Amino acid sequence: MTDVSMTVNGEERTASVPPETTLLTVLRENFFLTGSKLGCDVGDCGACTVLVDGIPVNACLMLAGQAEGRDIVTIEGLANQDGMHPLQQAFENLASLQCGFCGPGVIISAKALLEENPDPSVDDIRDALSGNLCRCTGYTKMIEAVQDAARIMRGESADEAA
Amino acid sequence: MNEMKKSPQPIDKPVKMIGVPMPLVDGPEKVSGKADYTADYIPHDHYVGRIFRSPVAHAEIVKVDVSKALALDGVYSVVTGDDCDEGFGVLPIARYEYPLARGKVRYRGEPVAAVAARDVETAQKALDLIDFHYNELPAYFTAAEAMEPGAALIHEDRPGNLEREVDYDLGEVDENMVAADLVMERTYNCAEICQVQTEPHAAVAEYDAERGEMTVRASTQVPFYVHLMLAKTLKMDQSRIRVIKPYIGGGFGCRTECLNVELIAALLARKAEGTVRLVVSREETFITHRGRPETDVRVKIGMKKDGTILAVDCTATQRGGAYGGYGIVTILYAGSLINGIYKFDHARYKGLRVLTNTPPPGAMRGHGTVDVRYGFESLLDEMAGELGLDPFEVRRKNLLKAPTTTINDLLINSYGLGECLDWIEKESGWKKRLAKMGPKNRDKDGKLRGLGLGCAHYPCGASKPVNWTGEPHATVNLKLDWDGNITLLTGAPEIGQGSSTVITQCAAETLGLDMSRFRVHTGDSKLVPKDNGAYSSRITYMVGNAAIQAAENLKNVLIEAAARKLDAKPEDIECLGEVYRAASQDKGLSFQEVVMAALEGTGTITVKGNFDTLPESHGTKKYRGGAVGGSMAYAYAAEVVEVCIDPDTAEVTVERVWAAQDVGRALNPLSVEGQIQGSVWMGMGQAFCEGTRFHNGLPITGNMLDYRVPSIVESPPIETHIVESVDPHGPFGAKEAGETSLAAFIPAYVNAIANALGVRPIDLPVTPDRLMELIEKQETDARVAAAQEEEEMA
Repeated sequence: MTDVSMTVNGEERTASVPPETTLLTVLRENFFLTGSKLGCDVGDCGACTVLVDGIPVNACLMLAGQAEGRDIVTIEGLANQDGMHPLQQAFENLASLQCGFCGPGVIISAKALLEENPDPSVDDIRDALSGNLCRCTGYTKMIEAVQDAARIMRGESADEAA
Repeated sequence: MNEMKKSPQPIDKPVKMIGVPMPLVDGPEKVSGKADYTADYIPHDHYVGRIFRSPVAHAEIVKVDVSKALALDGVYSVVTGDDCDEGFGVLPIARYEYPLARGKVRYRGEPVAAVAARDVETAQKALDLIDFHYNELPAYFTAAEAMEPGAALIHEDRPGNLEREVDYDLGEVDENMVAADLVMERTYNCAEICQVQTEPHAAVAEYDAERGEMTVRASTQVPFYVHLMLAKTLKMDQSRIRVIKPYIGGGFGCRTECLNVELIAALLARKAEGTVRLVVSREETFITHRGRPETDVRVKIGMKKDGTILAVDCTATQRGGAYGGYGIVTILYAGSLINGIYKFDHARYKGLRVLTNTPPPGAMRGHGTVDVRYGFESLLDEMAGELGLDPFEVRRKNLLKAPTTTINDLLINSYGLGECLDWIEKESGWKKRLAKMGPKNRDKDGKLRGLGLGCAHYPCGASKPVNWTGEPHATVNLKLDWDGNITLLTGAPEIGQGSSTVITQCAAETLGLDMSRFRVHTGDSKLVPKDNGAYSSRITYMVGNAAIQAAENLKNVLIEAAARKLDAKPEDIECLGEVYRAASQDKGLSFQEVVMAALEGTGTITVKGNFDTLPESHGTKKYRGGAVGGSMAYAYAAEVVEVCIDPDTAEVTVERVWAAQDVGRALNPLSVEGQIQGSVWMGMGQAFCEGTRFHNGLPITGNMLDYRVPSIVESPPIETHIVESVDPHGPFGAKEAGETSLAAFIPAYVNAIANALGVRPIDLPVTPDRLMELIEKQETDARVAAAQEEEEMA
């Protein structure tokens, strides 16, 4: 067994797990943060995307031990006391998710994008979400939601569409 | 939109809840990560389930020795085919698949045994200790091989490895082919595809040994069918079983029948007298399959010079995999729904559903109709070209006129295909744009462009369910209590299609109330009325109507109460949603006051609403299996696709899509748009890259990379348009929104490629490899022709 400790959504968390345990398994089965999903377990689908020190990572491809001492943000860590993150609001308002299974990973990838680039083009959004597979939506409403959230975060109203 | 939700509603008029864009009722849970899917249930005392699968495609089982696995510390139960001698299957006439193979294995990856252990490591070790002894048999991986004379039988009682042969012959096909000005015939091969829903299959089964009760949470579209099959295979009374459907990560038909996953979890849990969590891998999800079968479609059409279709002759051969599943229904749909979109009086169909040593396909989105529609629409396009007619003109020449009945007695009460065509023609600027397309119009980079049209239709629920019991098709309960909240109870499984939202909208609109007064509960057999499930696009139409009826019944109770309170006659009471009053100048009673009046002397109120189909919508008696395809209504779609092709790489980019669908009435335009976009998207995957492949029965596309679903990078701009034909029987006129547009995309795409290149791809998917071959052949043919011409000149 290996002892791991990391900051998850602002809280210090520790677990004792077999060394081959992935970050995703620790998050889901030890910390019961089941928002991050297992869709393929080999890094194809992006449903397990979390932020590790601000960078989007497939949690199924990272060992828990590699997350030692790092700062992890999962979908559960996005909302705060003031309410949901603008991305979550936008995804809800535009019904950008259908089954919702890929949603946590998509929203986390989009968050990383907007922190890096507050005014992304459609191609920037495509690029940032290219590792997140969705089977329901065709992505159209996801792209719109990321644009809306970006506008809100820049202090513009969502309706000021280009 | 959030503001719209939160703003105070005017109290002097009923709130408008349909026809306005509504975020989903389960949106907050989905965007926050709080939505719990089956695998998110991780009970602290659960055992880990794992499945031992057949390493060969066809063999007699000699022995499954699990003694060493059982002896391993930390193993709580092991099950094999000996633990269950009851077959399962969705069709009462084809329940011959077992949760764990008995006697024979018939496809590579078929479950042979399963273990429940303390943890993943122990479970895996236990699988490694299972000794599987077998005698291999000849295996068949294509329909043609399986049908060859002398082929070994996959099932003893299926001679010729035929699951079913179906046919019909309506009108005078041969005479009309002779009378036609142009007759063309082609055979299209359409690859087998999978749904690749993002959530792998999972089941958590909890057996209470003291009470003898089983609770199963499962990733299913059909909790009721799962319930039936659990009772059958476990030989338990159905009252001792509870099936819970948590959030579901998509389905598209792969969970439209009970799967072995939930049955194996339950068998393990009962034997271990505990809770078993069985989450299968992505590869196992591919193997569990139930996708769209590989289909060879031969279409022959006889046409008059002006584009009028005189006669249609079609055959479909489907590679059906090792077990029946929905197979018979799939092959019947393929034939039935040749009809119902265009007018013609003479049609013949023959369908072969063949058993093979591959995983069984199922009822994938657009069930049975997609590949036939692809062939039909491709041939129409080709024939239009041959006759020098515009593709729009050919479709318009053959439009139906509602109300009407097709030659196989499909009831067409609403029909908006013409309007769909009008919109996409206008919005795409068809004629002008078309003039800039084709092989003669290479752009400066040498790229070619093409424009294509395709149409499709799809029923709104099967009018005759596969499990006929005499009960209504749909039942909704509404529970109203002292707090003024209404709980809507429905068994209709929300799987991401937005059904819970749309059902709530129907009830809210009827009562004139804001949706915030409602809470909807779905998918717990101990709480909700039975529902057949999420398939054949039945929910909006059937459950929506039941919700309207339930709400009307509740409204009547409230009107009676208001009448008593206001000392008026019920017929004089006006319901304004939040206010009930006796006359327009009357201040009236608030909803809360009416609720309290209604509860006086009776307590909590529960009302019910039902929906049943009209007998005349039950299909035809003209041929065997004629009930399949019968529906109360049909939705219609038409699409124009523009492609850009790089002739050096044969890479195709979808530049734009114009998609119009007649949904009867858009109850939730936001959801409808999303469904149309998602359908186009899934059609795009099938058209350009998807296909399962096997090597000696071994799936070699059992992951999302090798199977290759398109990603956001390839997602084209999709312009959607909603046509509202207002169906006379639909809930507020609504029809289906989630399947029709898929089938229209594929022919539109291929027709666009044919338009760009001047040669036509035939088989699906149209991969760059295949297209490159076609382009090279075209170039070679042109060179040969030029050389011959030169020779002749000389």
